[in-house]
Amino acid sequence: MSFTFSAELEPKIGALLLRYPTRRAALLPVLRLIQDEHGHISADAERRVAEILDLTPINVREVVTFYTMLTRSPVGRFHLQVCSNVSCGLAGGDRVSAYLQAKLGVRPGETTPDGKYTLTEVECLGACDEAPCMMVNFDFYGHLEAARVDEILDGLA
Amino acid sequence: MMADLILTRGLKSEPSVRLSAYLERGGYQALRTALTQWTPEKVIDEVKTASLRGRGGAGFPAGLKWSFVPRTTDKPKYLCVNADEGEPGTFKDRFLMTHDPHLLIEGAVIAAYAVGIHAGYIYIRGEYEAVARRLDEAIAEAYAHGVLGKNILGRGFDFDLWVHRGAGAYICGEETAMLESLEGKRGVPRLKPPFPASVGLFGCPTVINNVETLACVPMIIRKGAAWFLENGRPKDGGTRLFSLSGAVQKPGVYELPAGTKLREIIFVHAGGLKPGAALKAVIPGGLSAPVLRADEIDVPMDVDALAAAGSMLGSSAVIVIDAATPMLSVLEKVAKFYEHESCGQCTPCRIGTSWIRRVVKRMIEHRGKAADLDLVLRLATNIKGRTLCPFGDAAALPILSIVRKFRTELEASLHSAGEKSFDA
Repeated sequence: MSFTFSAELEPKIGALLLRYPTRRAALLPVLRLIQDEHGHISADAERRVAEILDLTPINVREVVTFYTMLTRSPVGRFHLQVCSNVSCGLAGGDRVSAYLQAKLGVRPGETTPDGKYTLTEVECLGACDEAPCMMVNFDFYGHLEAARVDEILDGLA
Repeated sequence: MMADLILTRGLKSEPSVRLSAYLERGGYQALRTALTQWTPEKVIDEVKTASLRGRGGAGFPAGLKWSFVPRTTDKPKYLCVNADEGEPGTFKDRFLMTHDPHLLIEGAVIAAYAVGIHAGYIYIRGEYEAVARRLDEAIAEAYAHGVLGKNILGRGFDFDLWVHRGAGAYICGEETAMLESLEGKRGVPRLKPPFPASVGLFGCPTVINNVETLACVPMIIRKGAAWFLENGRPKDGGTRLFSLSGAVQKPGVYELPAGTKLREIIFVHAGGLKPGAALKAVIPGGLSAPVLRADEIDVPMDVDALAAAGSMLGSSAVIVIDAATPMLSVLEKVAKFYEHESCGQCTPCRIGTSWIRRVVKRMIEHRGKAADLDLVLRLATNIKGRTLCPFGDAAALPILSIVRKFRTELEASLHSAGEKSFDA
């Protein structure tokens, strides 16, 4: 199976390439664009990216596997990323994770059978003044407790 | 001494994100002054005199760093803004970029002018997508206003600036790992020397500065080095943004002079501990800083004083730990973090951090052995000083300090079947 970039992606990638003196430097931004559109980075996508950036497939694979936010397998429609570091822990972050695990019936790293939610425990999100906090896809939510978590999940369409 | 606000003045009362608001506050005046009245050398000298030290963690003097870049070279030169704010407990750069993106842009253009740089990248951690979008908007405004791009303010100086998003790797906050990442590779630190000032991004001379460091520059130009020094310490000028989190009443970002006592920051500015909580320990400079006991907090928060106290100012992130929190659970989170974020390049760090994590995990799960604390000390000692980049020390030092300073408590928890989690 081959991978083709969508009509929206092509010009964005072209614009990115103008920013750097090497094609390789556009790798992270290009991978982010693909993941934002497809939800993950497939092996076909990796090979296609390697082609357009004059890289070998392993140059792409080693980068995809290095960075926590890049994923090779599909995640749920809503990726719940709960902070598990010290500042959030001091404010009840572990409780938030435990509550989500019980509510969704998944452990960290797992996706609900309907494909709606993936739960991940992540390191510090840089929002410790609103601890405990989590990101849902790219949106931040702070001051979490059970009722607030219920409310947030109810609001996700 | 009542300090002036250098970084957060004007942010309390008005919406500050837009260029128009920034201009009303006197924004881009410093850039105009620098480009029209000052030589690049004078800018560097003023920043040197101001004793502006890096706000990212290492505390290196910014002006000195700029002066290491060759004045004339046949290669392009680059500016990298380190906005990869990943040090746990730290959220001040996010605050600055969210509320005052133009302050960073102005500081970056002045730095570029001083060093003779024509292209720069703001490397921002991938999780800060909303902040990155705000920066993109502010950069577009700056281009339209003629303070970025070709012939800035009609003075013949060109500088382009782009936002480059990371993708979740703490190590990319280390400057050479950031360069590798920007080049489209795994974020694996380089051996130094050569230093980035001579061989940096794309093999070219490169300046790497933290967001807050650059944000200090416009006010140094506008009000002078002497004024900046008055608001800090003789060898550590200006105010600092302290990120307060943990068991305090009022977590948040506080702008205070360098050298403010840690006790004052916690008990006066952050409102003291939450009701019913007593102080047990403080991590004073982000998770990588060795922990201080409750009786060690009468220390001025500047680079040298914290180093003398056996810790470090780091990113000025203060994490306050209350008496009810078991130190074993703090140790477990610290160990987990460094295991996850080790890039794997150096064996002592790659093996050591995961080994420490396994040992601490079995202690948490009541399977600990009597010799485990000594094993942790031995493993951490074997990481310290034996890695290519500062990550090894950043992992080893907090772990060593927690075990050494709280050994009695940790030993007691080893022998008891009591609760060891945060949520006891």
